[in-house]
Amino acid sequence: MTYAMFKYTLKRILILIPVLWGVVTITFIIMYVVPGDPVLVLAGERYDEKTLVEMRRDLGLDKPLHMQYLDYLGRVVRLDLGRSFVTRRPVAASIAERFPKTLVLAASAMVLAVVIGVSIGGLAVYNRFAWLGNSLMTLSLIGVSIPVFWLGLLLINIFSVRLSLLPPSGYGGGSLAHLLLPALTLSFASMATVARVTRSGFIDAAGEDFIRTARAKGMGEIVIIGKHAFRNALIPVITIVGTDFGSYLSGSVLTESIFGWPGLGRLIVQSIMKRDFPVIQGAVLFMAVVFVVVNLLVDLCYGIIDPRVRVGSGRK
Amino acid sequence: MAGILKRFVRLRTASAGLAVLTAVLCLTILTLFLSPNGRGEVNLERSLRPPSLGHPFGTDPFGRDVFYRVFQGARLSLGVSFLARSISLLLGLVLGAAAGYFGGRLDSLLMRLADVTFAFPALLLLIAIMAVVSPGFVSLFVALGVVGWASVARLVRAQVLAAREREYVQAAKASGAGSTGVILRHILPQCLSPVLVIYTLGLGMTVMAEASLSFLGLGVQPPDPSWGRMISDGIGFMRTAPWLTFFPGLVLTLTVCAFNMVGDGLREALDPLSDRSRSRVTGGGDGFVGRDRVQGG
Repeated sequence: MTYAMFKYTLKRILILIPVLWGVVTITFIIMYVVPGDPVLVLAGERYDEKTLVEMRRDLGLDKPLHMQYLDYLGRVVRLDLGRSFVTRRPVAASIAERFPKTLVLAASAMVLAVVIGVSIGGLAVYNRFAWLGNSLMTLSLIGVSIPVFWLGLLLINIFSVRLSLLPPSGYGGGSLAHLLLPALTLSFASMATVARVTRSGFIDAAGEDFIRTARAKGMGEIVIIGKHAFRNALIPVITIVGTDFGSYLSGSVLTESIFGWPGLGRLIVQSIMKRDFPVIQGAVLFMAVVFVVVNLLVDLCYGIIDPRVRVGSGRK
Repeated sequence: MAGILKRFVRLRTASAGLAVLTAVLCLTILTLFLSPNGRGEVNLERSLRPPSLGHPFGTDPFGRDVFYRVFQGARLSLGVSFLARSISLLLGLVLGAAAGYFGGRLDSLLMRLADVTFAFPALLLLIAIMAVVSPGFVSLFVALGVVGWASVARLVRAQVLAAREREYVQAAKASGAGSTGVILRHILPQCLSPVLVIYTLGLGMTVMAEASLSFLGLGVQPPDPSWGRMISDGIGFMRTAPWLTFFPGLVLTLTVCAFNMVGDGLREALDPLSDRSRSRVTGGGDGFVGRDRVQGG
């Protein structure tokens, strides 16, 4: 790692700290305005005034607002996200159990979007597939406009109900058959956009000096496309997949509840129905932190792939 | 203005988008006044009829006409979205202009706040808010509006920063005009076109977010129909009555698509420069071998 790269990385990490602090604060504020007394939810049906007072004291709810806030900050730093109102399990444990499944889903969606998107975009470069290139604009427009939950239902209807090819829902021990439909649903929005930018990336690269140099050196077309043009086309692809990662996370809330995928998104939806606020708070906070960290990693990736970013002060 | 309109109309996709929106809007307004044969009412005799001429989108388990209910639901989706975007716009204009014009601490405070808003995937933040407030029309559009402020504010701030140094602004300041006057009369009019574009593009996203929330049961509560809720209610009937989920989703997709098309069209019509970049990207059959291409910017 060069010095410039190190400085750039450090700067990006330092910017992260106030943002994360803000994220924690906002989740605190949102959950502080919960209508009604959370202790009443907790105590259930049989309670007397004495237990309520005790529970309030145990949860620190009798303290003034700023003390509660400081307590919360302290607990979050120690990765203590409280306990579920319903199951009494530590929220962090539930997240640790559910998140890997969401990650598998999001990563598969990402891989599908890149592999299919780049292949289509690469094909569309050739004149023979001009029709493909021309329809990419429309396809990506549809891709960003189609609601992920409706697309999921359409796919279930086609592939599970009508054709009986794939299971409609469930985790199935993480089998590929169970993974395919939700991953495809989640990846659809980025897929067409990836194809579009891949195509224009290749076309832009064709005019660059380094491609002309490569050609002049007598390199084969496959090497030129594979090595030089591909790298050039990769940067916008990373931007799209990286910025879409947040939508994979939010989209997973919808996709997981349709496909019964037992990830973090489904946990959030289930907790909303049970009004299990600590779980909602912890899961949303966790997802926001993941989102922020992924965005950082994407930014740092630019630095590795495109040396021009390192030299400047970063993206604007 | 006429030039902009002409350029907009010439864009085929944008005009198509506008046509779709007009159709949706007209049908929505019609449902306000008309309910032929009590289409919106429960009538168990015609429960779960498949699509036909009389009921183009079929009927639901309660015998209500799905076509009618879809456009009844549009009232809510479109109404919430327009109100929410207007809140975002107002917040974004005021805060963005203040940040850009006054700079300093206020600027860095507001922009850090925008960073934090962006740190949440938007739908997740909305879910968290809607999970704790009592669900309803007002909380829905206020939540959607507040979450959308940051992108507008960033855009306005950037525009104001650019405009602030212009000579006519300096002249207005030198002639003793107050800050509010300078911002309102000299700076903001310059930002209107990009703001209009982001407003329209945001409408599509807001319609989608509203549908997602009501799909999860976090939107407006029944009996008011909304697209997301109609789809989630129809899931149980996917085998027997797929039209219950298909048509609301189709109209929803078309509407979001139309807003995006109109937004893109506005961007191109208002900014002639982007015309060129578009034709560069989509410009027909210039294959990989076409080396005589003009290099863009």
